[in-house]
Amino acid sequence: MTQLEYLLQQLINAVSMGSLYALMAIGLAMVFGILRLINFAHGDLIMVGSYGVLLLNAAGLPFIAAAAAGAALSGVAGLLMERLAYRPIRGAGDVAMLLNSFAVTILLENLGIVIFTAKSRPFPSPEAFNAVVELGAVRVSSLSLISIATTVILLVLLTIFVTKTEIGISLRATAQDLVAARLMGIDVNKVIAAAFLIGSCLAGVVGVLWSARIGKVDPLMGFQPVLKAFVASVVGGLGSIPGAVLGGYILGIIEVLLQGLLPSSLAPFRDAFVFALLIVLLLFRPNGIMGGRDKEKI
Amino acid sequence: MLRLEGLNVSYGHVHALKGVSLELSDGELVSLLGPNGAGKSTTLMAISGIVRPSSGSIAYDGVELAGMDPREIVEMGIIQAPEGRRIFGGLSVAENLRMGAVRRKDKRSFKSDLEEVFALFPILEKRQRQAGGTLSGGEQQMLAIGRALLAKPRILMLDEPSLGLAPLVVKEIFEVIEGLHSRGVTILLVEQNAKAAIAVSDRCVLLETGTVALSGTKAELAGNPEVERIYLSRAEGGASHDAT
Repeated sequence: MTQLEYLLQQLINAVSMGSLYALMAIGLAMVFGILRLINFAHGDLIMVGSYGVLLLNAAGLPFIAAAAAGAALSGVAGLLMERLAYRPIRGAGDVAMLLNSFAVTILLENLGIVIFTAKSRPFPSPEAFNAVVELGAVRVSSLSLISIATTVILLVLLTIFVTKTEIGISLRATAQDLVAARLMGIDVNKVIAAAFLIGSCLAGVVGVLWSARIGKVDPLMGFQPVLKAFVASVVGGLGSIPGAVLGGYILGIIEVLLQGLLPSSLAPFRDAFVFALLIVLLLFRPNGIMGGRDKEKI
Repeated sequence: MLRLEGLNVSYGHVHALKGVSLELSDGELVSLLGPNGAGKSTTLMAISGIVRPSSGSIAYDGVELAGMDPREIVEMGIIQAPEGRRIFGGLSVAENLRMGAVRRKDKRSFKSDLEEVFALFPILEKRQRQAGGTLSGGEQQMLAIGRALLAKPRILMLDEPSLGLAPLVVKEIFEVIEGLHSRGVTILLVEQNAKAAIAVSDRCVLLETGTVALSGTKAELAGNPEVERIYLSRAEGGASHDAT
């Protein structure tokens, strides 16, 4: 294999990883954009969706149908989360909302442990996910290509949604100026529900692809992805949807680069390097890459 | 007709409106005047349902608005172009205008109304695809008014439409306001530029620290020394900021 082919192979890995981060980060961004809430419970929607797929598939549903149903289940869980945990305390301030998101996380994860035990279960990914695709000398897993293709399709659909539909434009408007949105008569409750529904469905899709990648499902599986998605959305600029996507891909590429460049003795500390880079970035661009000229800084 | 009676609004310990009463008949142009912090913007925000009055009544054709959701108030045709324009900077001009019409039931006449807004502000048609935030201050104000017009207002509330604009643009904005008034749009205008506002108004209401200090027709107020006193005494007391 030539160096160029090796690079290409690693790039595909990076982009497929970045795709998952991007899909996760979009959900965080849509909610943060409107509510100024970093919904840490977003990661647990991955778990909800993955168990959904697991159970429905075990019950006899074909994998693809189970996957779609699992994503929908995550969406419903996200809607319920908004309705039951966040809407009642919406006026109570950002800190109360953030604390509530931790509460929801702990609740969901422990609920998962009670129902499914803490032991992980193998994820029933179909054969087609595990094949190795050879493009010349470049060898990549079919799952990587499926992840990339799925993400591209979802990003196109999402773009159409936020630029062409009334509720999608309303979502962007509300994220920019809540009071002005209310003065236009925009139904803010509907917009927030839409943001949760769409973000959560995307998390459900990530659940399928992530579980297939790690090969198992467990009640605490959402923690790492949500943390990574959080980093991605901070890198891109919290609250910005294009920023979330960009941040996701940058994170994916940095991770794969570190994996390739770090000596094996340091490889276990890859995440530490990722977070160190995040700190450096924030020193220079506190609002993230696409955070704009927003004056409000921490 | 819009009728405010004994309206009280508080922000925490700040008693912003202390029993404000005023009336706005159909087709009238009434200016709400007064120095910074007098409660002009608060009055508009209370009418729009963004701030909740602690007591008092806001009635439109006999329907009580206080306590209603802003959405329902927009549906009744009471539309505000807020202070500082508050256009959606990241949305295109066309998208901003579309947001103005979000609550309309008759989406079919949107196109012809859009044509009307473009006739009123030709620059907006040229800038349709541009992000709202890239417009000049005057263009942004035109967008804010155009956006409000697309909601098909029965009452149009304009908060400080001339603030921060060049004199020539101010003149243009006031011409548009007069034009809308002559077409029968009911307008409640908040202005710091008292002279210009009095000139276009049927009646004026002067607020001072949350109460109505003075009200009357254009003729009654034009030479009234009391108007100047209210502005000047306030200015000597030091600058303060509007509560909203």
